[in-house]
Amino acid sequence: MLRFIWLRALQSLLALYIIITATFFLLRFVPGGPFTSERAVPREILRNIEAHYGLNQPLHRQYFSYLGSLLRGDFGPSFKYSNRTVNEILAEKLPVSIELGLWSLAVALSLGLTLGIVAALRRNTWADYLASSIGAIGLSVPSFVIGPLCVLAFAIHAGWFNASGWYFPGDRVLPSLVLGLAYAAPISRLTRGGMLEILNQDYIRTARAKGASEFRVVFRHTLRGGLLPVVSYLGPAVAGILTGSFVIETIFQIPGLGREFVTSAFDRDYTLVLGTVILYATVLMALNLAADIMQAWMNPKVGLE
Amino acid sequence: MTPAIPHSPFVSPADDVPEPGRSPWRDAWLRLRRNRLAVFSGGVLILVALACVIGPWLNPYGYEEQTLGNAYQVPDWRHWMGTDQLGRDLLVRMFYGGRISLAVGLSATVVALAIGVVYGAVAGFAGGVLDAAMMRIVDILYALPFTLFVILLMVFFGRNIVLLFVAIGAVEWLTMARIVRGQVMSVKRLEYVEAARSLGFSRRRILFRHILPNILGPVIVYATLTVPSVMLVEAFLSFLGLGVQPPMSSWGVLIKDGAAAMEEYPWLLIFPGAVFSLTLFSLNFLGDGLRDALDVRSSKD
Repeated sequence: MLRFIWLRALQSLLALYIIITATFFLLRFVPGGPFTSERAVPREILRNIEAHYGLNQPLHRQYFSYLGSLLRGDFGPSFKYSNRTVNEILAEKLPVSIELGLWSLAVALSLGLTLGIVAALRRNTWADYLASSIGAIGLSVPSFVIGPLCVLAFAIHAGWFNASGWYFPGDRVLPSLVLGLAYAAPISRLTRGGMLEILNQDYIRTARAKGASEFRVVFRHTLRGGLLPVVSYLGPAVAGILTGSFVIETIFQIPGLGREFVTSAFDRDYTLVLGTVILYATVLMALNLAADIMQAWMNPKVGLE
Repeated sequence: MTPAIPHSPFVSPADDVPEPGRSPWRDAWLRLRRNRLAVFSGGVLILVALACVIGPWLNPYGYEEQTLGNAYQVPDWRHWMGTDQLGRDLLVRMFYGGRISLAVGLSATVVALAIGVVYGAVAGFAGGVLDAAMMRIVDILYALPFTLFVILLMVFFGRNIVLLFVAIGAVEWLTMARIVRGQVMSVKRLEYVEAARSLGFSRRRILFRHILPNILGPVIVYATLTVPSVMLVEAFLSFLGLGVQPPMSSWGVLIKDGAAAMEEYPWLLIFPGAVFSLTLFSLNFLGDGLRDALDVRSSKD
C-alpha cells in the first residue's frame, strides 16, 4: 500500500515537472511577448525592461533560475501588473475559485448521490426515470447554455439573485448550481450502477435475511462498495469543476482564477500564466492522487494490480 | 439490459430447412432498432446533419449577409429563427455553424481514433516492457491539465481551425488508446489468433487483419461518445472567444453571441442552445444504444 502511494506520488511529480518545463518553453517560443505593443517603445527602454525581468539572459539560465525560485515557493513578478507578484495575484484569486468549486462539488455530490441511491432502490419507477431525465439534461445541456438561461430566468425575470458579481452570499447560488448540475449527472449514473451491482450480491441477501433494516443495508453494506465508481470519478470531476469554472466565472463575472488565466494568456503575462498552470496542475494531481489512494483503501484489489 | 434475442429460433420438426444464421452485426442492428431512444437520437442526428448540409442552398440569405435595418427581428415566417444584431438570418447561421461544429466533432474524433487505435493496439499486442512504457506515458499525459494547454495554444498560435482539430484530437486519443489496449490484450489470447500465428502470418497481419476487426465494437461505441465531448470542447473554446472566429460561426459562437444579447432577445440564445443540446443529447444516447446493442459491457450500468 505504501509502495503504491510512493509510486503514484513519484509519477505525479514527474508529470508536474514535465508540465512546468513544457509550459515554460512553450511560452518562450510563441510569437509576441508581454512587452510587444502597438506603440513603438524606444529600444533602450525595452532593453531595460527585459533586463529588469531577466529576459535578456540565455534561455537555459532563465529556466534554471525560474526552477530555483519555484523551489523557494516564489512564482516571480507579474509582467503585466507592475509591482505585483504572481504570488499576490494567485493568493487573491484562488480562494474565490476554491469557494466556487467547493459549493459546486457540494451541489454535485448531494444531488448526484441522492438521485443515484433513490434511483437504484426504486428501480424502474418514476423516481428512477426522474433521476435519469435530470442526468440526461446535465449530460447534454452545457453549462454555458444553462448558465445564461438561469440568469435570464432567476436573475433578470424573477429578480431573486444578482445577474453577476461575487459580493453577497446570494451571488454564490446560481454559479454553484449551474456548475454542480453538470457533474451531478455522471455521479448519479455511477452511483446507480454501483449500487445496483452491489444490491444483487449474495451478502446483501444475507444481511436482509438476518433482519438488517433497510437503512442499515443501504448505508452500512451497500454504500462502501457501491460508491467505488464514484470515488474514482471524483478526481476527473474536480478537475472538470476547476476548469469548468473558466466559463462560469466568465458568465457570472466572478473574479476567480479561471478568468484570470484566460486574461493572462491574452496579455502574454508569462509568469502569471506559468504560475496559474502550475497551481492548477498541482491541485489536479493532488486530487487524483487522493482519489487513487481512497480507491485503494476502499478496494484493496486495486493497489495490488 | 436488452432482452436476449433467441439465437436458435424455434424450428418445427416438419421443416428441416436450416434457419440461416445471423451475423453479430445484424444481431446488433436488430437490438439497436428496438431501443426507441437510440432510434430517435439517430433520426435527430440525420435530420440535423442533412439540414446543415443542404439547408444553406434552400435558404435565400447568406450567412454573412447583413441588413442593419433588419436587426433583432423576432422569429417570423421570413426569418424562422429571427435575426441577430447585424440583421443576419439566424437560421442560416445555424446551418453554417452546425457544419463547423459537426466537422470539428468528426475530424477531431478521426484524429483521436487514428492515434488511439494504433497506439493502444501496438501496446496491447506487444505487451511486456514496451507496453508498460507506452502506458506509463499515457498515464502521465492523462494527468496533464489539457484544457489549459488547448487554451494556451489557441491564444498563442492564432485561432486557427486546423489547430483546433489537432489540439482536441490530440487530447482525446488517450482514452481510446486505453480501451483498445485492453481489448487487444484479451483478444490476442484467443485460439483463432493462435491459429493465425501457426499459419505463419506476420505480426502486422495478425494485428490489423485478425485482431482489430474483432474489437471494432468498443471502438465504435467510444468514437460515438467522443464526438459530443469534442463538440463540447469546441463550443467551450468558442464561448471564451478562442474557437471559431467571425464572420464564420459555430454553435458555440452563436451561443456566446446569444448570451450577450439574451436580455432583450432571448431567442438568439434559446435556438442555438436548444439545437446544440439536442445534438449532444442524441449523440450521447446513440452511443449508449450502440453500447447496449454491441454488448460492449454485459449490463447497462
